[in-house]
Amino acid sequence: MTIPAASALLAADSATTEHRPLIIALFAAFVLATLGITIWAGRQTRSAADFYAGGGQFTGFQNGLAISGDYMSAASFLGISGAIALYGYDGFLYSIGFLVAWLVALLLVAEPLRNSGRFTMGDVLAYRMRQRPIRTAAGTSTIVVSIFYLLAQMAGAGVLVSLLLGITSDGGKIAIVALVGVLMIVYVTIGGMKGTTWVQMVKAVLLIAGTLLITFLILLKFDFNLSDLLGAAATNSGKGDAFLEPGLKYGVSEVSKLDFLSLGIALVLGTAGLPHILIRFYTVPTAKAARKSVNWAIGIIGAFYLMTIVLGFGAAALLSGDTIKASNKAGNTAAPLTALEVGGGAGSTGGSILLAVISAVAFATILAVVAGLTLASSSSFAHDIYANVIKRGKATEKQEMKAARWATVLIGIVSIALGALARDLNVAGLVALAFAVAASANLPTILYSLFWKRFTTQGALWSIYGGLISSVVLVVFSPVVSGAASSMIKDVDFHWFPLENPGLVSIPLGFLLGWLGSLLSKEEPDPVKYAELEVRSLTGVGTAEAVRH
Amino acid sequence: MATEVPPQRNGRGTDPGPGPSGTGAGPAPERFVEVQRGEEFGELRRTYRSFAFPLTIAFIAWYLLYVLLSNYAGGFMAIRLFGHINVALVLGLGQFATTFLIAWLYSRHAAHRLDPRAEAIKARMEGDA
Repeated sequence: MTIPAASALLAADSATTEHRPLIIALFAAFVLATLGITIWAGRQTRSAADFYAGGGQFTGFQNGLAISGDYMSAASFLGISGAIALYGYDGFLYSIGFLVAWLVALLLVAEPLRNSGRFTMGDVLAYRMRQRPIRTAAGTSTIVVSIFYLLAQMAGAGVLVSLLLGITSDGGKIAIVALVGVLMIVYVTIGGMKGTTWVQMVKAVLLIAGTLLITFLILLKFDFNLSDLLGAAATNSGKGDAFLEPGLKYGVSEVSKLDFLSLGIALVLGTAGLPHILIRFYTVPTAKAARKSVNWAIGIIGAFYLMTIVLGFGAAALLSGDTIKASNKAGNTAAPLTALEVGGGAGSTGGSILLAVISAVAFATILAVVAGLTLASSSSFAHDIYANVIKRGKATEKQEMKAARWATVLIGIVSIALGALARDLNVAGLVALAFAVAASANLPTILYSLFWKRFTTQGALWSIYGGLISSVVLVVFSPVVSGAASSMIKDVDFHWFPLENPGLVSIPLGFLLGWLGSLLSKEEPDPVKYAELEVRSLTGVGTAEAVRH
Repeated sequence: MATEVPPQRNGRGTDPGPGPSGTGAGPAPERFVEVQRGEEFGELRRTYRSFAFPLTIAFIAWYLLYVLLSNYAGGFMAIRLFGHINVALVLGLGQFATTFLIAWLYSRHAAHRLDPRAEAIKARMEGDA
């Protein structure tokens, strides 16, 4: 741990050491409650449809809540409020991209996906195409996107828990990452989609309640006058009005402006290509219920991001920038520190309780999101790669579920190992990469598959692999990895791509390759298969059979 | 890439296939082609696409405009409207408002104009099968 981060603990130290038992008790209560849910859900998980899609019998509202729980990651709760606290208005821009993105899911993806697939993103991508190559590609990109996302969550867990419990040793942080990994393996292998969904619902309720409470307490300090709150934030930040205007983070140079544009595009197009979000649409029985769940999610997520404005500017108004930065350079601990402050400050009982509550909520957030990500990647491994590629569609349901459980254990171990290595890495870069890969590799193929009759297997492969490889390669040679003060690798500089986010290049490339690959394809698209997919996706023919129970 | 492999029409073997039914049952492939070419389905597709596609282009354009204004029109975004509330904040909150509005508009359109058509086609096809 770096020296400023260690000294940073001073801000919360008196409270955390004094009330550490309370924090641990709240963590433990959440873990026990969710384990109870998981065991209960595990008893009802018998078929593959139960394991992958929770039986497909959740209501629109339940799924909307679970989607919110799956989507509002530690990156948005801790990261956005921290970014606003440090960079003012520029931090808020994240919230907008993350929310507007849901319209792509609502208008173009959720309903057709529900109607034409069963368990994974690969179901829809491979529908009209040659099964094995497309499922291999879909599985690969699902696993890559999910692992990047997982890494960010694991690293976030390390940062958070080290602040809250005062664990600063490397061994302690690795132990925390391992604990998170083991819990997520347990949730997913035992509870499957049903258990994961309930964990996500509980977490969403806790997160919204915790955020509401802190938002209320901050607004109370400013007599519910948002303008006064913003004024105080501007003054206290030492940056004056510039703090409330765009540009503090991304306006410094022409390159950083392009980077912002790139990030903006990746955020708005990435959501509808995130596999762990897509598989949530299979947990409801009909397209109508899928639509309803996205509407609930838009309402809940929108309300949450509106509150992050208050949370972030509140942190800027109530804490000094140095305190926030000292605790965590990226501002990831601004929200818990603000909770401590509005509860009465360091050393007070109220402050400590609030800090403990918000920390437990953040911990719950991480667990629910990693469970969703693990489920998405192990489902894709078992259903796309094992059952349809390796076994050529001849695996029994039992074999497939067994493969999914083993894949979960394997992915859990891999992410514990990577998370332990990545514990000091730039978390935001990893999340933005996941969005960029999802938007470059997955979204073009999903949209072309559903809406373009000339799309071919070759087009899909070019698009998936082209988008995947270009975005990963561009990130490897970007300032995220080397050549900047905040890079992952400090001592060598091999970067040649100037932007931190590859989306500006890789997303258009993904779309272009899908189009070009189809045009240059010797293989004719299959009109009968397209007729089947199109009619199913718009009308829901055949979905009734999935509802039988 | 082995592009010469012929498309697998019904060649899924024992794989129940990726379809939502998973049972391999349901209407025959020719029936889907027939329905897809029919007037009723054409109407459903038009009603869906003519609403969802332009709206998608519109909200992405509006979002990009907002991003570009933040990037290149700092002076305009900094204009104070009242108290400490500036154009940037109002436009940002405007993105929230339009997102909620579009979600509501689409859902209303879907419930009134898409669902009845989709259900009629579904009922008929499943009735035949």
